[in-house]
Amino acid sequence: MTTTTARAKKPRSAPGLQRRRPPRANKTFYWMVVPALVLFLVLHTLPTLTGIFYSFTNYAGYGEWNFVGLSNYVNLFKDDRIMDSYVFTILFAVTTTIVVNLGALFIAILLNSKIKYQTAFRGIFFIPNILSVLIVAYVFNYLLSNNLPLIGQALGIEWLSTSILTNPDLAWLGIVGVTAWQSIAFSVIIYLAGLQTVPGELYEAASLDGASPWRQFASITFPLISGYFTINMVLALKGLLQVFDQIVALTNGGPGTSTESVAMVIYRGGFQGGEFGYQMANSVVYLVVIVALALLQLRVLSRKEVDFS
Amino acid sequence: MSTPTQTTAEVTAGTPAKVRRRTSINIPLTLLVAVLSLTVLIPLYFTIVTALKSSDQLSSNGMALPTSIHLENFAKAWTLTNFPNALLISGIVTVGAVILTILTNSLVAYAIARNMHRPFFKALYYFFIAALFVPFPIIMLPVTKQMSILGLDNPVGLFLLYTVYGLSFNIFVYTAFIKSIPAELEEAAIMDGASVWTTFRKVIFPVLTPMNATVGILTCLWAWNDFMLPLVILSDPSTRTLPLVQFVFQNQFNTDYTTAFASYLMAMAPLLLIYIFAQRWVISGVMRGSVK
Repeated sequence: MTTTTARAKKPRSAPGLQRRRPPRANKTFYWMVVPALVLFLVLHTLPTLTGIFYSFTNYAGYGEWNFVGLSNYVNLFKDDRIMDSYVFTILFAVTTTIVVNLGALFIAILLNSKIKYQTAFRGIFFIPNILSVLIVAYVFNYLLSNNLPLIGQALGIEWLSTSILTNPDLAWLGIVGVTAWQSIAFSVIIYLAGLQTVPGELYEAASLDGASPWRQFASITFPLISGYFTINMVLALKGLLQVFDQIVALTNGGPGTSTESVAMVIYRGGFQGGEFGYQMANSVVYLVVIVALALLQLRVLSRKEVDFS
Repeated sequence: MSTPTQTTAEVTAGTPAKVRRRTSINIPLTLLVAVLSLTVLIPLYFTIVTALKSSDQLSSNGMALPTSIHLENFAKAWTLTNFPNALLISGIVTVGAVILTILTNSLVAYAIARNMHRPFFKALYYFFIAALFVPFPIIMLPVTKQMSILGLDNPVGLFLLYTVYGLSFNIFVYTAFIKSIPAELEEAAIMDGASVWTTFRKVIFPVLTPMNATVGILTCLWAWNDFMLPLVILSDPSTRTLPLVQFVFQNQFNTDYTTAFASYLMAMAPLLLIYIFAQRWVISGVMRGSVK
């Protein structure tokens, strides 16, 4: 709200200001960014800093608190529930990132080839991205609990005959599947944008030379879109490490705590468990893990990138 | 990589199949894509038919078409979740977030893009970009507390947060595009005595239209479908958004799946309907944003 009112008032005073000053030191540009910067500092930077501050306290979210030094951080590493949530979250995010990118690349290449009804199919594959993650997961919760076991029974596959969401060993696969179903949609569009930058003549030349489709993919397509591959991998992993909505709707962290993600532990402990300070320490560790994984990924992937220019 | 202007041309030109290669259509591949598209269509089909069935029909023939239509599921879901209210709140939050985001984020990006040689603006740019790496769960606890202290634990606070948190990504998208706008356009306006504000409003903002569309689409999808921010920020039960309502009423839906699916369908329908009509526009908008 502050931004709109501030913005509405300024244009009247600005022309006068501008005429008196040389265009080089134009104050208007500062007025354009300062309100946004202040809001950003108040609503993003300040909470980040207060969060880090409270991670050194035993604050419960209410009442009094004391400094406890690094003991929250030390306790995190002794807490099985926290450690399990990291194992689950990283395993989930890495698996899903790979599934999403392989699936999306495959679908994007198909959509980019000489098929009929190209635009319509592209439109269909993007639908999951316009739907709420929570609602999609509720729908799949029903399908995985009721319809999939029927298929499992009909095929005589034992592990598929009961709901995989109630099986502590398999529940995470259900979450991977539902998340992939939805996340592929966005990645397909990024890959399609990348594939459209590959000149068609390259393929024609390769076909004339007798290169197989796989050879064409490995030698032409993939090297040319490797930048898009990097972007997709980094964006997907970073997003998936924050997994929350799907789990709320599919397993609510269960069975037991086998599918509790880090975000879910922070939410539960922080809001319901009176562990504000403790969960802030968890959040800081979580931030470090996410940034470290993103940097690692960028390093590994960008080394593989080929620059043809 | 490629400049946004080029990409826009590519995206629009790339749409019809005939523009690309004139060789014949590959039938087996088309069939394969059709079969794969069923993975998207079957869950949607299932949602629709389930919402139209009675509970007995659902348990006897899960995937089949309904033998009789039960619109009372929708009536029940409508009153149970107070659908009109949730729709209104989701609408206010989404429209508010989209308008405020486009107006303010483009302005900030313009100031930054035109002053990247000045240390202050350059630092600002990297400051906002760095914030992209701070995931929301990390600031969730403190920001919730802070918003309730500020009296912003309501829909207005919510769209303010979408606008501010969107800055990081949107500045990234906008500045790349603004850099490709020739400076002569603005110089002509300034020569005519226009202020920086007027130049932005009359010259730059209209040129930004394709990027405004991209940012608008992405913000709309985010604000409409988001669950975590409304869950932690909104304190008054009468201000629940559509996804939040599904979560809150899950216990009541527990055994009544047909009502639940009617409710899901009503929550998905508004954006789904818009998408069906604006599909090409939405996809080209998202593509434009993905090329940097």
